[in-house]
Amino acid sequence: MYDVIIIGGGIIGCAIAYYLSFYNLKVVLLEKENDVSCGTTKANSAIIHAGYDPKPNTLMAKHNVLGSKLTKELCEKLDIPYKQCGALVVGFTEDDLNTINQLYQRGLDNGVEGLEVLSREEVLKLEPNLSDEVKGALWAKTSAIVSPWEYALALAEVAVKNGVELKLNSEVKSIKKDEFFTVETTSEKYNGKYIINAAGVHSDDIHELIGKKEFTIKPSRGEYYLLDKSEGSRCSRTIFQCPNENGKGVLVSPTVHGNLIVGPNAESSEKDDVSTVASSLDFVKNNALRSIPSIDFRENIRNFSGVRARSDRNDFIVEESKSVENFFNLAGIQSPGLSAAPSLALEAVNWLKGKEELVKKENAVDERKRLKLKDLSDENKNELIQKNPAYGKIVCRCESITEGEILQCFDTVIPPVSIDGVKRRCNTGMGRCQGGFCGERITNILIDKLGIKPQEVLQDKEGSNIINSLAKEEH
Amino acid sequence: MYDVIIIGGGPAGLASGLACWKAGLKKVLIVERDQELGGILNQCVHSGFGVGIFKEELTGPEFAQKFIDELRETDVEVMLNSMVLSLNEDKSVEVIGPDGYKKLQAKAVILAMGCRERTRGAISIPGSRPAGVFTAGLAQKYLNMDGYLVGKRVVILGSGDIGLIMARRMTLEGAKVLACVELMPYSGGLPRNIQQCLKDFDIPLYLNHTVVDIKGKDRVEQVVVAEVDKNRRPIEGTEIVYDCDTLLLSVGLLPENELTKQANIKLDPRTKGAIVFENMETSVEGIFACGNVLHVHDLADNVAKEAEKAGEAAAEYIRGNSRSDKVVEIHNGNGVSYTVPQHIHYPATNNIDVLFRVNKVFGKSVIEVVDAKENLIAKFKREFIVPGEMEKIVLPKVLLDKAEGDITIMAKEVV
Ligand SMILES: Cc1cc2nc3c(=O)[nH]c(=O)nc-3n(C[C@H](O)[C@H](O)[C@H](O)COP(=O)(O)OP(=O)(O)OC[C@H]3O[C@@H](n4cnc5c(N)ncnc54)[C@H](O)[C@@H]3O)c2cc1C
Ligand SMILES: Cc1cc2nc3c(=O)[nH]c(=O)nc-3n(C[C@H](O)[C@H](O)[C@H](O)COP(=O)(O)OP(=O)(O)OC[C@H]3O[C@@H](n4cnc5c(N)ncnc54)[C@H](O)[C@@H]3O)c2cc1C
Repeated sequence: MYDVIIIGGGIIGCAIAYYLSFYNLKVVLLEKENDVSCGTTKANSAIIHAGYDPKPNTLMAKHNVLGSKLTKELCEKLDIPYKQCGALVVGFTEDDLNTINQLYQRGLDNGVEGLEVLSREEVLKLEPNLSDEVKGALWAKTSAIVSPWEYALALAEVAVKNGVELKLNSEVKSIKKDEFFTVETTSEKYNGKYIINAAGVHSDDIHELIGKKEFTIKPSRGEYYLLDKSEGSRCSRTIFQCPNENGKGVLVSPTVHGNLIVGPNAESSEKDDVSTVASSLDFVKNNALRSIPSIDFRENIRNFSGVRARSDRNDFIVEESKSVENFFNLAGIQSPGLSAAPSLALEAVNWLKGKEELVKKENAVDERKRLKLKDLSDENKNELIQKNPAYGKIVCRCESITEGEILQCFDTVIPPVSIDGVKRRCNTGMGRCQGGFCGERITNILIDKLGIKPQEVLQDKEGSNIINSLAKEEH
Repeated sequence: MYDVIIIGGGPAGLASGLACWKAGLKKVLIVERDQELGGILNQCVHSGFGVGIFKEELTGPEFAQKFIDELRETDVEVMLNSMVLSLNEDKSVEVIGPDGYKKLQAKAVILAMGCRERTRGAISIPGSRPAGVFTAGLAQKYLNMDGYLVGKRVVILGSGDIGLIMARRMTLEGAKVLACVELMPYSGGLPRNIQQCLKDFDIPLYLNHTVVDIKGKDRVEQVVVAEVDKNRRPIEGTEIVYDCDTLLLSVGLLPENELTKQANIKLDPRTKGAIVFENMETSVEGIFACGNVLHVHDLADNVAKEAEKAGEAAAEYIRGNSRSDKVVEIHNGNGVSYTVPQHIHYPATNNIDVLFRVNKVFGKSVIEVVDAKENLIAKFKREFIVPGEMEKIVLPKVLLDKAEGDITIMAKEVV
């Protein structure tokens, strides 16, 4: 019997698991994929928004502003790539300048610190590659960039270390309730007192497994370009255009890994359809070039897309279900959901505190470290390599990741089971060759570490097998 | 302190290392990040190497072995599993390897890092993102190094040599190669590979076509191909849908010049490699480049020859024999997409080899070399020139000495 069953291992579910793991509670996190952070959390703009964008007095405004402060602290504790690079909302027309003033005012109302309205000259001085057409900008100094999947993983890892059970490959299929809940997944049954629904785009489906229709998710896809590091310094801050009815518009931003991210558009889509289409990519490209005309799209290394869990309420849904007692919804968590995650998770914890007294665990941890060779001094590098020569062998040449760093992620509490799982843990294959050189090495490491057959090696999710068969004759 | 540090142990690194040794240099180091020497040749188990310099048909590994055997007879040092992380203009490098992290200094450096393959991202193929989309070289590595076949029903985008070789290789392994699709009106591969790898196996080649969509949730299920117009944009209504599990990409190779950029060496936007003189010296004195890092070669024999030149020039540089300061530039005239070298020290000390590629298919034609005053310096006849095959001309010193100012090389079809 579990106290809490969390459904969904995205940033929201992982953050809840993290905060709940500090208490004497029996918690299980159910995730349908073979890893955490395989949904929207791994495919978004990765901006920790300052909080000037949401309308005042909305849940979005509240949790964004609070969440972004908490995120900064968390990322430090969890050793997550995070950089407070700031953001600029640039305007090209008189209308835009009005919007910028409104956003500034809205930011003040929401309690955002570090906002400043800049003239054309001031903004061009900060970002000389911006278009000549720029007329002014809002500067949000607290805006930041982060590595979202490392963030979710780190939260989950700490939670698991503190005793939360993580069940991967566990798609919730049915939920029943007598005096307690019975949740059935593809492989097992779980009994629990409380359910927290953090199933992203599927949060309405999960709720309706047991409750009445209270909200509907209207998925909206956003597509991206990710450019090579050679383009990574086109701008030093996140560059937004003025928001319109379709969302925050196309942004151009450095990433914490040193690349340049460009996107997204907003187009209604199926919930799990993360394809890209030529017309959307063209739209993204053309809009981005309005901000920074010199972006060289020939340096693109990857396109991807993520699906927003937009709901018919146009705000976050953070409440106990009206039709099912002891069932808490964290639904409609579209942007700025990544920024708001810790605050949203604490809201769920508070809800639980209203239900029963929570007792803190004695020796729970709240930190995590990841050894990255790049960050070590020359002396420490040598010391480590002397102890274990695997730390001297580069496997991923684009990102300079060594065999030692790859092997160490198999010794964590949530080891990778796929090539992309390794990528999410140590950045292999993220660079300009996109795994063209290291993919084969990592395949062999997976075969060896997981004790599987070559044909069983996965690129990412179940079914994404890489190898079809063994060759007739080996060379 | 080393005389020369060579970055990369493929055919370019090996041949330049041997040339340094033969020229009398004693402290020569080859740094190779892989666990063995040979570079990309190790995965090229097909034959077709060595006809130019060894006068026999060798496989890639056999070709490399000839150099490795010869190298064993010398005191050239080799560091394996070791990667050069940074290169400075002052010819110092940072290396990481199983013995640790080191800073090394040399009098001269030879760049021989080879190239990488362009990926799906580089050409922004839309669609879903399932497993089953591979660069041809990666599929080749799986097959030839590990014995893993990546798929059974294959479409190949791009008609570069690796893609062509893989069409044959996978067919022989029992896969069905449904089509090879090329965006351009001509193939990027060698004519002999088109014949031996596609035609001989009845694999259709669609010129002026591209992949417009990839379908499949977890693994590729379908690939949609369409014809393109003159501007290389897909023509609606021409789509062909292939049921397949694999898409191989052979859409070009990119010289690996990240280190080159760090050392502030000037690059040629056309070759994406360093701008070099006739002796393979880059814009930074004492740093030389050869092989695929300089420009993409189709034949390893040419790589070896170019590398020898770089090795000899490095030795000459260390001995303090510098060449003339006067520079003549080689410009690309009509039909020529790039030349190597781009610059010549003038007056030339020897006859000068110029390698180049054309930008379309030429039938019977002449290659003309003119100077700044448009005087014809030299003229070469060809029966057939294609972009997929590198061309070479030798400019005799006596003729070059007559040239005034920069020279231009152009190709003209004769009717
Ligand atoms: C294009 C785009 C750009 C964005 N940019 C930003 C940004 O810059 N800043 C920002 O703050 N926010 C941004 N967001 C929003 C942010 O990404 C999301 O709010 C956040 O990732 C949501 O996290 P989640 O945990 O709710 O959802 P998810 O990450 O989708 O997690 C839900 C999980 O539930 C699992 N699941 C679903 N059904 C079941 C089931 N039946 N059984 C078990 N498990 C199940 C899924 O597999 C998934 O892992 C963006 C979103 C998009 C789409
Ligand atoms: C698939 C394929 C098929 C081919 N078929 C033929 C054929 O049939 N006949 C023919 O004649 N030619 C063929 N070629 C062409 C020929 O093999 C290449 O032109 C030749 O191998 C290029 O040699 P290279 O030394 O410049 O590069 P590579 O062979 O790529 O060697 C470069 C080496 O540098 C190393 N390196 C790079 N960066 C660093 C660093 N920072 N630190 C340390 N080491 C580094 C790499 O690991 C690599 O080993 C083929 C090429 C390919 C790719």
